[in-house]
Amino acid sequence: MAQKLKETILNPILKGNPITVLLLGICSSLAVTVQLKGALVMALSVTAVTGLSSFVVSLLRNTIPNRVRIIVQLVVVAMMVILVDQILKAGEGTYAIDKQLSVYIGLIITNCIVMGRIEAFALGQKPIPSLLDGLANGFGYGLILVIVAFFRELLGSGTLFGLRVLPEGYIANNLAILPPFALILLGCIIWVQRSFDKDLQEK
Amino acid sequence: MEYVSLFVKSIFVDNMIFAYFLGMCSYLAVSKNVKTANGLGLAVIFVLACTLPLNYLLNRFVLQPGALSWLGEQFADVDLSFLSYIIFIAVIAAFTQLVEMIVEKFLPSLYSSLGIFLPLIAVNCAILGASLFMQQRDFAGVGEAEVYALGSGLGWYLAIVMLAAIREKMAYSNVPKALKGAGITFITVGLMGMAFMIFMGIQI
Repeated sequence: MAQKLKETILNPILKGNPITVLLLGICSSLAVTVQLKGALVMALSVTAVTGLSSFVVSLLRNTIPNRVRIIVQLVVVAMMVILVDQILKAGEGTYAIDKQLSVYIGLIITNCIVMGRIEAFALGQKPIPSLLDGLANGFGYGLILVIVAFFRELLGSGTLFGLRVLPEGYIANNLAILPPFALILLGCIIWVQRSFDKDLQEK
Repeated sequence: MEYVSLFVKSIFVDNMIFAYFLGMCSYLAVSKNVKTANGLGLAVIFVLACTLPLNYLLNRFVLQPGALSWLGEQFADVDLSFLSYIIFIAVIAAFTQLVEMIVEKFLPSLYSSLGIFLPLIAVNCAILGASLFMQQRDFAGVGEAEVYALGSGLGWYLAIVMLAAIREKMAYSNVPKALKGAGITFITVGLMGMAFMIFMGIQI
């Protein structure tokens, strides 16, 4: 049991990472990686939403009729996202970040990781493992988000968390702020991961 | 004239995929060949074109701050905008389910070719994203919302069909082992996005 639980938690971080291996949740993730701060808030929000909605759906799993389950799941997820959104709006320091993330907080609803974990895990498992699975997947997602944001902020504006890291003379690489760079960077992260882990390579 | 400008802009400049990364999951999963990509693209255009005006009206007359004032004076300062996520997604999910049932009943041949994609669309970020952008941009009327829906749907359709065509050809090329599949696809999309940037600042 303990072994299985450990696997549930560790698997999504590297071997079954939702972004680089399963290719889920890329939708709303890349747009928020221009600044490290925004990426971190987004990662935390997604982790909270994935964990909580997996937990709630798992509690309800024996009462949801199969035919309408998508709508029920969406309503649960939407409720969690509204909660997160309202909390971010209420916080003093987080209000500006919420404005900056704009529609992408709302788009957590359709983030494929949330739905994917509910469909694949929470519908058939007990609440506590589902909660852990959701949190771990959110963490795996956040890890990639932070790596991408690190490079984009460093190269794009020479700062980290808004603090200057590279010397004043550094000429900012404007490409790093533009959307295509995030995609290429993610492609490279996948490349690096797959050259270390031969099992993940596609035939 | 404004409509044309908005239409062209939403196809090329504010492209759902290349500028906002919306609908990426199904974009990557269903772009292995042109035929299925075509089916999904058309379904997305259709659902977008139908749900966005609906959500626009809901936003205008129910959700916006003060939107309920047509009910009477005492409702003038009601602000229901915190409910917009749940309302929008419910409209989209209900609508896709409805479309699925209608298509299954009356057009069985289309259903068998499109069938699996229709329920997928409910969780396609491009659809919800368009509704949220609509709310943010505050369009002047249903016409503008409809044009925006058609434009962004068409942009998504173009992007997925182009990527599918490239991937069909790429199957024959010699890609490094670790880059095969996901890695090279991301880099391709990135390069396509750069190409689309030439449309930036276009004015009609």
